Amino acid sequence: MLAAQTRAEIERARQRYPSPRSAILPSLWAVQNELSWLPPEAMAEVAELLGIVPSEVQAVATFYSMYFKHPPGRHHVLVCVQAACALRGADETVAYIERRLGCPSGSTTADGMFTWESTIECLGACGGAPMMQVDHHFEENLTPERIDAILARVAAEPATHHGPGG
Amino acid sequence: MAEYRLLTRDIGTEGLQTLPVYERKGGYQALRTALKERTPDEIVEQVKLSGLRGRGGAGFPTGTKWSFLPRDIFPRYLCINADESEPACFKDRYLIDENPHQLIEGILIAAYALQVRHAFLYIRGEYHDQRLLLERCVEEARRAGYVGERILGTDFVCDIIVHGGAGAYICGEETALIDSLEGYRGQPRLKPPFPAVKGLYGKPTVVNNVETLSNLPHIVGNGGEWFKAIGAERSTGTRLWCCSGHIERPGCYEMELGSPIRELFEEHCGGVWKGRALKAFQPGGGSMQVLLPEHLDLPLDMDAVMKAGSSLGAGAMMFMDETTCLVNVSMRLVDFYHHESCGKCAPCREGTYFESKLMHKLEAGVATLDELGTLADICANMDGKCFCPLGDTATWFVMSAYRAFREEFEAHCGAEGCPVAREHRPLLAGHA
Repeated sequence: MLAAQTRAEIERARQRYPSPRSAILPSLWAVQNELSWLPPEAMAEVAELLGIVPSEVQAVATFYSMYFKHPPGRHHVLVCVQAACALRGADETVAYIERRLGCPSGSTTADGMFTWESTIECLGACGGAPMMQVDHHFEENLTPERIDAILARVAAEPATHHGPGG
Repeated sequence: MAEYRLLTRDIGTEGLQTLPVYERKGGYQALRTALKERTPDEIVEQVKLSGLRGRGGAGFPTGTKWSFLPRDIFPRYLCINADESEPACFKDRYLIDENPHQLIEGILIAAYALQVRHAFLYIRGEYHDQRLLLERCVEEARRAGYVGERILGTDFVCDIIVHGGAGAYICGEETALIDSLEGYRGQPRLKPPFPAVKGLYGKPTVVNNVETLSNLPHIVGNGGEWFKAIGAERSTGTRLWCCSGHIERPGCYEMELGSPIRELFEEHCGGVWKGRALKAFQPGGGSMQVLLPEHLDLPLDMDAVMKAGSSLGAGAMMFMDETTCLVNVSMRLVDFYHHESCGKCAPCREGTYFESKLMHKLEAGVATLDELGTLADICANMDGKCFCPLGDTATWFVMSAYRAFREEFEAHCGAEGCPVAREHRPLLAGHA
């Protein structure tokens, strides 16, 4: 089910490491870039390309939080609520985004435009708190006005890749 | 002692992220010196002499770590730990964003000193733009002859492989990083054997932090003796301080080790915001113990802060003003460790669950005093009993906060809501 380009990218990753298994993470990113999530059939194809069994690929994929196990919306919004962000208003940011998008954390807007969630995992932008990542880009020093502007800008853009390969 | 711009000296120069500008600022001269004028062992000796200690959190002397590699086993590997995920830490991202070639030069110097042909740069998945930047810089360096075969016309061969993680704090623990790099669930390994003896692919491996390696061009360029004169006796050099929380000017500031915390707090951070008073602060990152305003006069010295019951860890400073609820902050930190526990060992997997459940009840004001009494018990069954430091450190902040703010913790019991938030609601209103 994977495109020739993705299969070639997986093959290149396999060549980069002394052990083909090391290419699992980069391969899963390549899959997510193409399909926006990791369908089980695609994971089986990765396993075949790397010469390991599908259950091993699934075991790895489910350990890491950034791989989507279900199809997400066109854009992904991640809001940090760890202490350093909370001290500067992350809870208010989360409440605002929830109102603005009209769905709770961990869900997708009815039009399929945004999947958003708050995360307790520090994203490494405490100096610009409160912050969020939109399609992996850092957006810092958030205010309601800035959030509106960012979401409006992103909504007008095409769906972007969902991983470091993109 | 004061602000000292060593790693951040050229930051702000237009285009520093590109090779020509980095070279114009003297970049890659130290690598040239290393390859043309020094033996690998001489570099190791210089690093030992410099007194450089690891900047990832544990503060282990870098030269000593290097010298644990068995002399005659090859290949050896170098892993660069850019999995920065400790709450309140963002210095590695800053160094990558602002001066990526300094890191790459440091990696190459370390690879030469350790006679490594493959360096794996493990960067957390969330640092997406930073990963793309590093990939671009490695290619730029390759085209200029700094990476790849016959580097600078010598026999030195080294490739740098940028490897993106996918969201797991535990992969910052060096053996879990190695597991993840090998294509497994990132779970820590039993030590010994230490990575220096049996690491990546079963071979001798050194794992060094981004900031640690970014120091190497300066040590090689100026000499270990010169570096040693900067900072304090057993905490040499500078460090980048990630300052966050209730301060006027959050951000990353580089200061000489040994400077007073107060100077960082008042002069660089601008003190507490909104004219309020300081209630507490956490040095070192999410794992470390809480300190009080009286500790502001401590020096930024790893040993001095350890004596005061905390640690400089990975170089963070999170400041909390008088309106802060320490139960709430503790709850978030405990939640972090619960979320990030890899599940390998029971004390951490189960302990962080019980901790988190208790802290949520406490913050909601529905826990009883008896339930609060179990906190120390839960933590005692974790600290020192977990497979790796993640579980141990999941107890440090909350227990230190409980000891220092016991009345505040107890006031939450049966309070039906957070009493601190109730008291300060007018203050909190203008937050966002």
